[in-house]
Amino acid sequence: MIVAERKPLNEIVQSLAGRKRVLVLGCGGCVAVCCSGGEKQAELLGEQLKLAAQVACKAASGGEEAARGGTAAPGGKVEITVDCITRQCDREFFANMKHDLKDFDVVLSTACGVGVGYMTALYPEKVILPALNTTFYGANVAPGQWQEFCHGCGDCVLAWTGGVCPIARCSKSLINGACGGTNHGKCEVSKDMDCAWYLIYKRLKELGRLEDLRKMRPARQWSKDRGKGVRRLTHEELMQDTEVQK
Amino acid sequence: MTEPHVETPATGPVSKLQAELDSGKFVFTGEIGPAKGTNVEKCLHEAEEYLKHTVTAVNVTDIQTAVMRTGSLSVSHMLTDRGIEPVYQMVTRDRNRLGLQSDLLSAYCLGVRNVLALTGDHVSMGDHPDAKPVYDLDSVGLLEAMSTLERGSDMGSDAKGNPNVLDGVPRFFKGCAVTPCTEEVEPQIIKLEKKVQAGAQFVQTQAVYDPEAFERFMEKIAHIKVPVLVGIVMLKNAGMARYMNSSVPGVFVPESIIQRLVKASKDDKQKVSIDICGELIQKMKHCCQGAHLMTLGWDHCVPAIIQAAGLA
Ligand code: SF4
Repeated sequence: MIVAERKPLNEIVQSLAGRKRVLVLGCGGCVAVCCSGGEKQAELLGEQLKLAAQVACKAASGGEEAARGGTAAPGGKVEITVDCITRQCDREFFANMKHDLKDFDVVLSTACGVGVGYMTALYPEKVILPALNTTFYGANVAPGQWQEFCHGCGDCVLAWTGGVCPIARCSKSLINGACGGTNHGKCEVSKDMDCAWYLIYKRLKELGRLEDLRKMRPARQWSKDRGKGVRRLTHEELMQDTEVQK
Repeated sequence: MTEPHVETPATGPVSKLQAELDSGKFVFTGEIGPAKGTNVEKCLHEAEEYLKHTVTAVNVTDIQTAVMRTGSLSVSHMLTDRGIEPVYQMVTRDRNRLGLQSDLLSAYCLGVRNVLALTGDHVSMGDHPDAKPVYDLDSVGLLEAMSTLERGSDMGSDAKGNPNVLDGVPRFFKGCAVTPCTEEVEPQIIKLEKKVQAGAQFVQTQAVYDPEAFERFMEKIAHIKVPVLVGIVMLKNAGMARYMNSSVPGVFVPESIIQRLVKASKDDKQKVSIDICGELIQKMKHCCQGAHLMTLGWDHCVPAIIQAAGLA
């Protein structure tokens, strides 16, 4: 899954400066699973924004407007509305929004960057802002903990690395074995981080496949990893619609 | 100022370092680190004063520990101008394959022949932790790139997919590093085998303070037929020795050495440090082909270390 974390509230508030009608749009996909941008987190963010607006308003007008119950910010009232859809990376789910985008001057998306970018492409007349920092492809390794396992390099090596990805999990994405920084199984970058090549060595040894480590690995084709720009996946048999969705 | 460089013959040693290692002589190399700033005179002066007549070649570190400073290529070239043979250290952290190959050609044009291929400390360990780490190639890939250039081609291809052809072909004496006294040597050995397969012709090791562990390592790599220069890093005090034990991967300083530094009086520290280096070399010289001396600024100690090793 895609793992993301909430941006600091201040940064979000700053990005909303001058906006009056804000739709906070949650996403029920990966970011709901990693508890950063699902319905609950979108609602929480909505409440925090209302509070922040009240505080800003109090500071600006001695508290009168906030006392009347409205949410406001310098320059006038701010309306915060919260909604959530199943996923923001599929066109069909946007039909399920309970609100009309026309009623808002900005959407604050708590989806990953895919959701924000895709929504921007679908609704070019709207400003879509991110509430999260999208961080990595990972798994839930322990309660409350997610860890990176894949980098999406476009040329999977796991078949010969014992299922441990050196592209994502070696700090230097090395491909021929450990660097001189490997230290009692940990990476030179941090004592809290396993050395991926130590894990690979251990695993291959366990499997009786050290030959896989001995084999020379030629320089990577980074062209498959962003080197040629935006990547696409095409399944011709599924392309009934000639209009390729943006 | 630059003297015209003698053409390197198509066969035979390309450098003094290679020739001396070929001859079976026990070889010393030294090391300097360029300044952070343009004032490179100091390190050049030290090299001239203390290394020129004592060691065969002088390594020039490449943005060591990821702390930004003057580059190793320019300082390597300046050494050749002063009649000192450099070992141009090259890390894969800061340049992609275009930059690395281009710098290798530049190095050759500037008279640099010995190149040491390293991965390089991660950017997060240096003074620009927000820099983008490159690592397009690893050290094995860099050695392969050198070997490819020596075959007259490069890592790319022309529009038809045919290998590129170089107009003028370099020759290098290609080196690599290894950590011999790490707790898990098998992966180190496997990687060393790959480096040699990729073209490495000599090895300079990480610091060694445990001659027995080093000897065991040398026995394990007896099948790898390239000269090994054992790494000797001067211990300036007991604190540094303890720091190395706790923080430098694959380095183990025995307590007996630490105690010698603890007991040494302030005026005596340098002498004790020199003696430790000399003794280490004496104990290991029978099982390796040379020593790489890293004095960390105490370059003036190099002649005394060689003397203490009984090899002056
Ligand atoms: S210590 Fe291990 S994980 Fe860290 S950069 Fe080196 S090989 Fe990669």
